[in-house]
Amino acid sequence: MNGEGQAPGAVGLVGLAEPSIYARSRPGRRGVRPPAGFAPEVDVADALLGVRLREVPPGLPETSEPEVVRHFTRLSQLNYAVDTGFYPLGSCTMKHNPRIGEELAQLAGFARLHPAVPEEAAQGALELMWRLEEALCEISGMARATLQPAAGAQGELCGMLIVRAYHASRGEGRRKVIVPDSAHGTNPATAAMAGFEVVEVPSDARGGVDVGALSRALDGDTAALMLTNPNTLGLFDENIAEIARLTHEAGALLYYDGANANAILGVSRPGDMGFDIVHFNLHKTFSTPHGMGGPGAGPVAVRDFLAPFLPVPVVERRREGSRETFRFDWDRPQSIGRLRSHYGNFGVLVRAYAYIRALGAEGLRRVSEDAVLNANYLMRLVARDFDLPYDRLCKHEFVVSAKGLRERTGVRALDVAKRLLDFGYHPPTVYFPLIVEEAMMVEPTETETKETLDDFARALHAIAEEAAREPDRLREAPTRTPVRRLDEAGAARRPVVRYPAG
Amino acid sequence: MYYGPHTEEDRQAMLAFLGAETVEDLFADIPAELRLGRPLDLPEALDETALRRLFRGLAAKNADADRFVVFAGGGVADHYVPAAIAPLLARGEFLTAYTPYQPEVSQGTLAGIVEFQTMMCELTGLDVANASMYDGASATAEAALLALDQTKRSRILCPDTLPPDVRATIRTYLSGPGGEVDVVPCPEGSFTSERLQAALAARPGAYAAVVVGYPNYFGIVEDLAALCEVAHRAGALAIAYCDPIALGLLESPGALGADVAVGDGQPLGNAMSFGGPSFGFFAARDRFIRRMPGRIAGLTRDLSGREGSVLTLQTREQHIRRARATSNICTNNALNALAAAIYLALLGPAGLREVATACVQNAHAAMERLRAAGARPAFPGPFFKEWVVELPDPREDAVDRVLAVGLARGVVAGTPLAREYPALSRHLLVCVTEARTREEVERLAAVIEEAASS
Ligand SMILES: Cc1ncc(COP(=O)(O)O)c(C=O)c1O
Repeated sequence: MNGEGQAPGAVGLVGLAEPSIYARSRPGRRGVRPPAGFAPEVDVADALLGVRLREVPPGLPETSEPEVVRHFTRLSQLNYAVDTGFYPLGSCTMKHNPRIGEELAQLAGFARLHPAVPEEAAQGALELMWRLEEALCEISGMARATLQPAAGAQGELCGMLIVRAYHASRGEGRRKVIVPDSAHGTNPATAAMAGFEVVEVPSDARGGVDVGALSRALDGDTAALMLTNPNTLGLFDENIAEIARLTHEAGALLYYDGANANAILGVSRPGDMGFDIVHFNLHKTFSTPHGMGGPGAGPVAVRDFLAPFLPVPVVERRREGSRETFRFDWDRPQSIGRLRSHYGNFGVLVRAYAYIRALGAEGLRRVSEDAVLNANYLMRLVARDFDLPYDRLCKHEFVVSAKGLRERTGVRALDVAKRLLDFGYHPPTVYFPLIVEEAMMVEPTETETKETLDDFARALHAIAEEAAREPDRLREAPTRTPVRRLDEAGAARRPVVRYPAG
Repeated sequence: MYYGPHTEEDRQAMLAFLGAETVEDLFADIPAELRLGRPLDLPEALDETALRRLFRGLAAKNADADRFVVFAGGGVADHYVPAAIAPLLARGEFLTAYTPYQPEVSQGTLAGIVEFQTMMCELTGLDVANASMYDGASATAEAALLALDQTKRSRILCPDTLPPDVRATIRTYLSGPGGEVDVVPCPEGSFTSERLQAALAARPGAYAAVVVGYPNYFGIVEDLAALCEVAHRAGALAIAYCDPIALGLLESPGALGADVAVGDGQPLGNAMSFGGPSFGFFAARDRFIRRMPGRIAGLTRDLSGREGSVLTLQTREQHIRRARATSNICTNNALNALAAAIYLALLGPAGLREVATACVQNAHAAMERLRAAGARPAFPGPFFKEWVVELPDPREDAVDRVLAVGLARGVVAGTPLAREYPALSRHLLVCVTEARTREEVERLAAVIEEAASS
């Protein structure tokens, strides 16, 4: 771990290994100097009379700024990212993140703004939020939105609690939420967290919701149906109007998981499809950076009859003549409350609004057109070597199966994914959705060139050929990465989730 | 602006390969009546120059901490942020990667998470920490859910000195399983064991956990050890909601008996950003590890024996366990957590202690100065970096006057409290971090005096 035992010089090689920051720690070594404060005369023990202070300092590393910069730079070099290569991780919309968004979010007027400044001193921030809400409502075909949820899953929770509050306001205690078997894990997890019983409905032969099964599952106890459309197979559910009708007839609400909205911008709106509640993943569709897992933002838009249940506060606009002012409305007695502190991941909202303003209506539609074009193009290239469980138009992503390959050669989707790493690609999402055996879910996004797609398909083809010839090569892959396959079972059996400090 | 690379020739070639004439053909599966059939009604597209103009105009309307001296607190504060953090976070390999599902090409992310987890364990004095939550409030709500599940009880107890946002978030999250939050009023500004005991005794065996701010919303360092002990005697878990900066100086919540420590990571090298994104930390005793929410990274070895790390204990998570997951969280706040790891590495134990010490010293000196200006502390009790002042101005709109005069003088005077604490309608929560100067405190004192005499 501390580099000892390796050949001299080996620790200097970039992109191969980097010991823990604790290996760079030496007692007494100092990094940056914080401000000393202006009142050294105040005796801390006096000021904190009766408070127990630490006798043992926390085991934080003791390093210098150059060591810290080098360490984290070297760590970064062990990562694969959109900036370094094609990242067709299905369902995650790993497209280019425009850097103008970073620049604008870092303006002091946004980044250095305290959330408790008086409203009149935050008019720019409130206006931005109001206009982003307005844009998201237009894009989704909804009436009002909250920007508070921090990510898609929290948006789902917000939505499910609105569902509860809505039914409760009508004196109904409906207990069931229906999700299709193709749903993302957050859907059932969220419904359960919101106190619902989760009922799964199967998909039909074309990959959509099995409408017969759905109508049997819907009843007076059904609170909502959660759907992704296009769904996690990348397929648009052609029966959506019928599904919406059946759901509403049963008195239930229809929830739109917007993780796949990259396929429908300016083309079709969840509101027009019949959905009542929509969440967006701004870190997907509106291209705010994924940051190794976050931050994201998961705004939730609703039809007007659900607006009273939105979390507090909401931003309202007041117009006096040509003058517009913006304020928070806290007085919403039917609100579900709040899901987090303050107003949401504001810095992410700034980036998403910049993205929407950069592209405009035409640009957003072009996003979806090119995303769908790229996905269909790549799907047809990849279908030469892998099975297409649903042979039809896809939207912004598609799912192929390595089942045939496995039967022929014994190699699995996991092996294909690992071998792709050796070819310099981030693999697709594998083993999701659960309803496709040996699933590989590919989302190329609109920011990739035709050359990249062609080359990626060639890599997959080469791997499929290798699988027949030298299957062990795939099982041993990757070999050209900083580490090889890691023992995940061992990690879970005896979890070591921290370094020894100091 | 448009970020796609295709030329018209590219598009035509790809369409031809697909046997399609126009891109419309690729949307043939969307029934015509569900198509929008008109352009979205959005403002026109802007190039980067126009975007800069627009956003700079919006930014200029906000009282940011570059142009104003900020004394507002309540969870977010104007702390020193070391210069090395932003350029490291801006590296595309961190910024544009996602959750490390492929550990072989994510060792940077994973090692960073393990370092972060280690540091959170060290700060909190607890055994295990996760890779981050959305923010402090949602982390606390998740801790409350853990407690409900663990104890098979359905109520959470907290004092009204726990931040209002945090209480509200717990309440929202608990509405799912049908749990209740009971709030104990603490008119003296801090929670006491007697009050806790009385509240617990009112509903024997009902409470899954007691949640306490450390320091609390009013800046006061509660007697965490005593509160934990009382909570445990009632069979409830003790959850501490902590200011991570304070943990550089105060005894750790783990050492004082807390079972779970949570909090918001903004002070650890993250921008205030109008309240987000920051991150929530979540640390707990070993025995809760399999019930924890969120991602956890763990150490292991690869096929050739090299050390590496992976996401571990994933069977807790939504993508495996679905409706029976410990939480629905998927995307978290990894980049902000990395900022904290870099921050703590840059400061080290000595630097963090210095920051915490300077907070205490600055805040106490400022308290004396404001007292001299007639703004007395509302509560007794030892405070860390913020405290509640009662304004000298007896008028009902004293707070508005101070805030308005402050803005005119380049000062954000504090956090108003009246909406959440009607009894504190003439009070401000004033936060004085290590970044403030004596001159700035003088300006605040002058603002309070001017507002009182105007
Ligand atoms: C289909 C789908 N739904 C929901 C989510 C959850 O979104 P988030 O990760 O932003 O919480 C995801 C993302 O991973 C997803 O792909």
